[in-house]
Amino acid sequence: MSVLITDAAFDPAEQLRLFTHASKGAGAIVSFTGLVRDTSSTGAVTRLHLQAYDPMTQRGMEDAIDKARGRWPLQTVSIIHRVGDMAPDDPIVFVATASAHRRAAFESADFLMDYLKTEAIFWKKEYTEDSERWIEPRPEDYKDKNRWNS
Amino acid sequence: MTTLIYLGRLADVAGTSEEQLDLPDTIKTTDDLRAWLNTRFSSPTPAFDQSVRIALDSEICVEPASLGTAIEIAFLPPVGGG
Repeated sequence: MSVLITDAAFDPAEQLRLFTHASKGAGAIVSFTGLVRDTSSTGAVTRLHLQAYDPMTQRGMEDAIDKARGRWPLQTVSIIHRVGDMAPDDPIVFVATASAHRRAAFESADFLMDYLKTEAIFWKKEYTEDSERWIEPRPEDYKDKNRWNS
Repeated sequence: MTTLIYLGRLADVAGTSEEQLDLPDTIKTTDDLRAWLNTRFSSPTPAFDQSVRIALDSEICVEPASLGTAIEIAFLPPVGGG
């Protein structure tokens, strides 16, 4: 299980290769990569800034992985999350899960992303040509996360 | 000496993301601290309202709480998601 919060750019393809190597014997691997969008409601995005507060951010992500492991039989899990300044199209988050069967891998990756979008301890500031604003989760993000409460 | 950490939009309000200071002796609880900061960094609507959670030495506290001997106090506005 690994959680990495980094201010350095990462290559999702390389991370998937490493994850696959570390998940030998798993029957199913699912990965998700989130990228910085190039447009927002206020115009073309020029920069995105992400801030974390460690050790709380790291601990929260580890707890989310523990919860996922309590629900699905997972062999390996990896989360990489960027902080600092990013440009449009930069990878911002990478989640990979490995299990014996596909359903557990799909669902746990989805679950972890819903956690990351609503509860993970990050603050996000979006810059456009002529504005900057702090972003908070959308109502849809909470709705997505609440799917896992039943 | 206490370190105050202003996260997210609160850094814009405080004009800094972090400061070290000796809190006045009258500031003993999280309520005292919120009121004091709302006066120090006055804005049309109080920035340190109840939507802002407070972490004492990296643990979210259940308020109202005594500040005790915390050396790092962080103010966490609603998170923005990853």
